[in-house]
Amino acid sequence: MSKQRTNWYKYAAPANFYPLAGKMIPVFAVPAALLFVIGMYVGFFVAPTESAQGESYRILFIHVPAAWMGMFLYVLLAFYAGLGWAFNARLASMMATAIAPTGAIFTLISLITGALWGKPAWGVYWVWDARMTSTLILMFLYIGFISLQSSIEDPRRSDRAGAVLALVGVINVPIIYFSVQWWNSLHQGATITATKIKMAPSMFAAMIIMTAACWIYSIAVVLVRVRYIIREREQESPWLAEVTA
Amino acid sequence: MFGWLVWRDLVLAWRRRSDVLATVFFFIIVTSLFPLGIGPEPETLRTIAPGVVWVAALLASMLSLGRMFGNDFQDGTLEQLLLTPQPAFLVVLAKILAHWLVSELPLVVIAPLLGLQFGLSENTLVIVVVSLLLGTPVLSVIGSIGAALTLGLRAANVLVALLVLPLYIPVLIFGSGAVQASVTGTGTQAWLLLLGATLTISLVFAPWATSAALRISVE
Repeated sequence: MSKQRTNWYKYAAPANFYPLAGKMIPVFAVPAALLFVIGMYVGFFVAPTESAQGESYRILFIHVPAAWMGMFLYVLLAFYAGLGWAFNARLASMMATAIAPTGAIFTLISLITGALWGKPAWGVYWVWDARMTSTLILMFLYIGFISLQSSIEDPRRSDRAGAVLALVGVINVPIIYFSVQWWNSLHQGATITATKIKMAPSMFAAMIIMTAACWIYSIAVVLVRVRYIIREREQESPWLAEVTA
Repeated sequence: MFGWLVWRDLVLAWRRRSDVLATVFFFIIVTSLFPLGIGPEPETLRTIAPGVVWVAALLASMLSLGRMFGNDFQDGTLEQLLLTPQPAFLVVLAKILAHWLVSELPLVVIAPLLGLQFGLSENTLVIVVVSLLLGTPVLSVIGSIGAALTLGLRAANVLVALLVLPLYIPVLIFGSGAVQASVTGTGTQAWLLLLGATLTISLVFAPWATSAALRISVE
């Protein structure tokens, strides 16, 4: 007799995933809120004032995690979209659709906070520096993905077209990054390097806690959104009526 | 069949010459607007010329992307083409080649004249043509992905711009980089090699993505 194993494929079906996601949302949402509070407390009150930049450096506690999440979520989105396309797994495609707005918002946050930080640190809001420019382009890629998917009515085609675009985008991201870097070295004037921040342990802790908070928050929000997408697409299915009754 | 497809597209384009000419005139008008907006100082014009010519080429080539598969999609030819035993890769490649010949090659031919407007030297004009020759095929190749994905959608033209322009950025950087390097007298070779590399890579991978996108859009 073989041992009873959890069949993970079971949760690839929207009908099984929907209630599971519902149960998992508080598991992620509550720690995310707690970690945000702790991270902000450590960031604002425990971490010492930075010698070179004064208080303004504290914006990095949200800027850096947001930038990381923006990049990571795009890769994750492409992974899910590719999975959904290759194996015809509807739930994976729905996950990709659900990830896109969160990734776009984090990218936007990192751009805005970067600009706000740049003003006191560099004296200008915007510099055409390689990292900022490629973050802006990443934002464009998110916008392209979202607008392509929202302009296609048929969910099947929308999933697959999105997958092709996301995969092409992911292959392009390194090419774009390097091209922007070379372009930047061509226009010498704009190169500004950030002053190296020597991290005090409490600064590092604040950064890590905020990153974890953003990460868990993303999971919670994506689960919420994927539940809405399931409800929208499975309107006709009898199981949904049972669950929501 | 490859040659036949290219020939057919060329004949069709010849019968609708005005479409092709519209793209060329768009290119000319856009580049002519910049001196009017910025001022006639030769020094300034020479500095912005590489960027202007390349951005205008990007926009002009994007305008014609809708025609790459659009007409064939509407009258059902595209579906028949995808049903033939030939690999879809070949169909796509033929379409890309035809698009390049019809919509991009005229831009490459007219570009030196526009370069004269910006006071570029003869050596630089040669680089303009060479960089456009290497770079514009990439625009057709990458653009074909966007054209295939947006096939038959409402507002497809605006959408294709959102999808394709960010992917054009490396070509823009390498292409205008080559011209700029020629203006300032630093070596152009590296930029042209990069453009060539982009062309080879995109030729290998993009038609595959385009044929996948076509199958998704047609089914």
